[in-house]
Amino acid sequence: MSEARGHHEKKRLDNPPKTVKIKIQRREREGAEAHFETFEIPYRRNLNVISALMEIRKNPMTVEGKQTTPPVWDMSCLEQVCGICTMVIDGGVRQSCSALIDDLLLNSGADTITLEPMSKFPNIRDLKVDRSRMFEHLKQVHAWIELDGTYDLGPGPHMSNEVAHERYAYSRCMTCGCCLEACPQYHEHNYIGPQAIAQARLFNMHPVGKMEMEDRLNGLMGEDGITNCGNAQNCIQVCPMSIPLTRAIYETNRDVTVNGLLGWLKK
Amino acid sequence: MKIAEAGHEVDLISVVPVKRSHSVCAQGGINGAVNTKGEGDSPFKHFDDTVYGGDFLANQPPVKRMADMAPQIIYLFDRMGVPFSRTREGLLDFRRFGGTLHHRTAFAGASTGQQLLYALDEQVRKWEVTGKVNKFEGWEMLSLVLDDHQVCRGLIAMNLQSLELKAFQADAVIMATGGPGLIFGKSTNSMTCTGSAVSACYQQGARYGNGEFIQVHPTSIPGEDKLRLMSESARGEGGRIWVPRNVADTRAPKDIPEAERWYFLEEKYPAYGNLVTRDIATREIFQVCLDGQGVGGQNQVYLDLTQIPADVLTERLGAILEIYEMFVGDDPRYVPMRIFPGVHYSMGGLWVDFEQRTNIPGLFAAGECDYSIHGANRLGANSLVSCVYGGFTAAPSAIEHAQNVKRGDTETSAIFDDELKRQQEINDQIIRNEGTENQYKLHEEMGKVMTDNVTVVRYNDRLKATDEKLLELIDRFHHISINDSNLWATQAVPHARQLWNMLQLARVITLGALNRNESRGAHFKPEFPERNDEEWLKSTIAEYSFEAPVFSYEPVDISLIEPRKRDYSKGRTKAAKMPQEGNELKPTSLEDLLVREGKKVKN
Repeated sequence: MSEARGHHEKKRLDNPPKTVKIKIQRREREGAEAHFETFEIPYRRNLNVISALMEIRKNPMTVEGKQTTPPVWDMSCLEQVCGICTMVIDGGVRQSCSALIDDLLLNSGADTITLEPMSKFPNIRDLKVDRSRMFEHLKQVHAWIELDGTYDLGPGPHMSNEVAHERYAYSRCMTCGCCLEACPQYHEHNYIGPQAIAQARLFNMHPVGKMEMEDRLNGLMGEDGITNCGNAQNCIQVCPMSIPLTRAIYETNRDVTVNGLLGWLKK
Repeated sequence: MKIAEAGHEVDLISVVPVKRSHSVCAQGGINGAVNTKGEGDSPFKHFDDTVYGGDFLANQPPVKRMADMAPQIIYLFDRMGVPFSRTREGLLDFRRFGGTLHHRTAFAGASTGQQLLYALDEQVRKWEVTGKVNKFEGWEMLSLVLDDHQVCRGLIAMNLQSLELKAFQADAVIMATGGPGLIFGKSTNSMTCTGSAVSACYQQGARYGNGEFIQVHPTSIPGEDKLRLMSESARGEGGRIWVPRNVADTRAPKDIPEAERWYFLEEKYPAYGNLVTRDIATREIFQVCLDGQGVGGQNQVYLDLTQIPADVLTERLGAILEIYEMFVGDDPRYVPMRIFPGVHYSMGGLWVDFEQRTNIPGLFAAGECDYSIHGANRLGANSLVSCVYGGFTAAPSAIEHAQNVKRGDTETSAIFDDELKRQQEINDQIIRNEGTENQYKLHEEMGKVMTDNVTVVRYNDRLKATDEKLLELIDRFHHISINDSNLWATQAVPHARQLWNMLQLARVITLGALNRNESRGAHFKPEFPERNDEEWLKSTIAEYSFEAPVFSYEPVDISLIEPRKRDYSKGRTKAAKMPQEGNELKPTSLEDLLVREGKKVKN
């Protein structure tokens, strides 16, 4: 057994049900009233939420036997790297591709799985939301490296593998919005939120990116800036990529203070 | 990015926010012969490996240009801040990949595609801020707008929320729309990889090259909704493929002693072992399972990493091992993975010349959606480098075209209005239809028949039957009714349009395979098991007609490396020799290359 040290067998449902119920929040379009509809599909061991939705989409009929419109949701990579299929599942925000029916039933002990759209973004229809403002936030924090040009100028700066690793952890952010959904401080335009702060940190850590540090920090010093963080630490709990968000906030806050102080001294 | 940098404006049209495109799924890395390991690697060897791995079906000059450009491409991404893994000295680290004996693959953990895409997304965002790039995310391309000289003057796209159609006028259009994996139903591709946009170009007169060459990746994780990729880097880092020698062996894998395991790839291909090219690995795994030798007699073999220390695996392969654990439940650091081949990549695509120009003036293509570079089989970690190369070549070509082209005299607003109207009518028809067919079921049927008959092993009678089935599905398509009465943000209308386009492209793939009576790279016919250079060293070109695709063939440019038999069971004794001083094959200057290609283009 020694070679299997550290490995725990995955828990599975002992007595899997024949069918599983999926309760979905429906909304015709932004601004319309929301309501719930419940569907029932045959249980299979490796079903995830996406395959359940695909099954429902083929012939959308509720448990009451009412023919309805197919639920609308976003999906793309189905490997939890694109972030598009994020929704609120049994009350928790996460990607629906990696939410296995088996695990969900095991966790809740119920026979129904509830799907809702993320609540902090405009709800386009059913489970589909508009997260474009997160990309705007990336503009605000100058989340890129300034290049002289894309022509051949040789390799980038030497870097230790440790720094590369630390940056890689931040660079895996897929802009899914889980951190914003879970953040008690974040509501629409009042706070830029953890993802943008972590991206600012990602580029501030780079030997070349550092040169635009001030631009990035300025983007975080406005009314919606970093000081809105209430230190609830929900973001780090829900981040599917395990990005050290709270650390990014802490370190960036420090940079902001130093930067602010220097700016004040210069005056 | 290149076009914006040159001072021009770009409309960027994408079905999903570009940061969520399929390139995020590329895991293993990006190839470039930077030669930091003292192995004597060179761009020429990269070129040779790519041509050889592609079974000599690729036109060679652009492959050579790509291999020459590859180190610069990697350096550029390094400058953009991609967190590539590093050596002790702080240089870029490289790993081994399939189809080569060199450490040539730069990587950022096991999500290199994601990291490279993000770097480009960041740079493009900068151009967005300066106003040079306008993004239209959540828009799907429906058709090209051609003038009376058949010059591409723009395109029609559909807003995926409102279904509004809009005409985009352009001096040049570059397709960078990826592969058509969804034609096979379940594949390793993202749900956006329908090939729909490319098929639309094909149906408007763009030539489609080598469609029958579809790469089936040897190692994927079968799932209900898709086949998830298990990167080749798992084998690059030492992963071993095996099955129990005795099929009836029901012991846990770790309890099966070495002598009772059959490492069939290592046995048959001692030099390359588990890192033979993808077409070969796929066929071997497929055959082992077909012979009933799969684990538990099922369609699965072990991919075993358990001999490697868990912390090393976490560092170098963490992201992909997480995917396996997330979706299957077992931890691959301690339990061998169970994998099976899955449709992965299309070597075929829009025909382009050596400057990435399609046969429609003003229409360019780059990346998986063009047919150049990979020939009959793609090497691992060559996709990322080829799509960047394609873009870097297409951009100057597009600028050049925009500045010099002779356009038709048609009143331009009329051609846009006409095309807009034509596309609106197609949408209206789909919405009006009240038939009994279900579009998602038709898609499933197409996926099944294509996966069964047009993937790893191909028989002519089954290919014929497949085309008949596709014709039946095309007929039944006219009787679908979208089951969504709410047209706001409906997915039924876009899906119906994609389905039609997929069916057309499926015929190109199937009939191309039927015609090609030989075995080459990913295309394998037991009835014709050998490569046949005399008759088939030529590219397949399909052109649309209402009845059926019309096929013609074009000689392959083999001016740089003479074709030789592919044989991965031995070391690389037969590899092309590095050209000697004064030899015609000397790595040429870009000018030389352009002259040669100029000749080729005019032919």
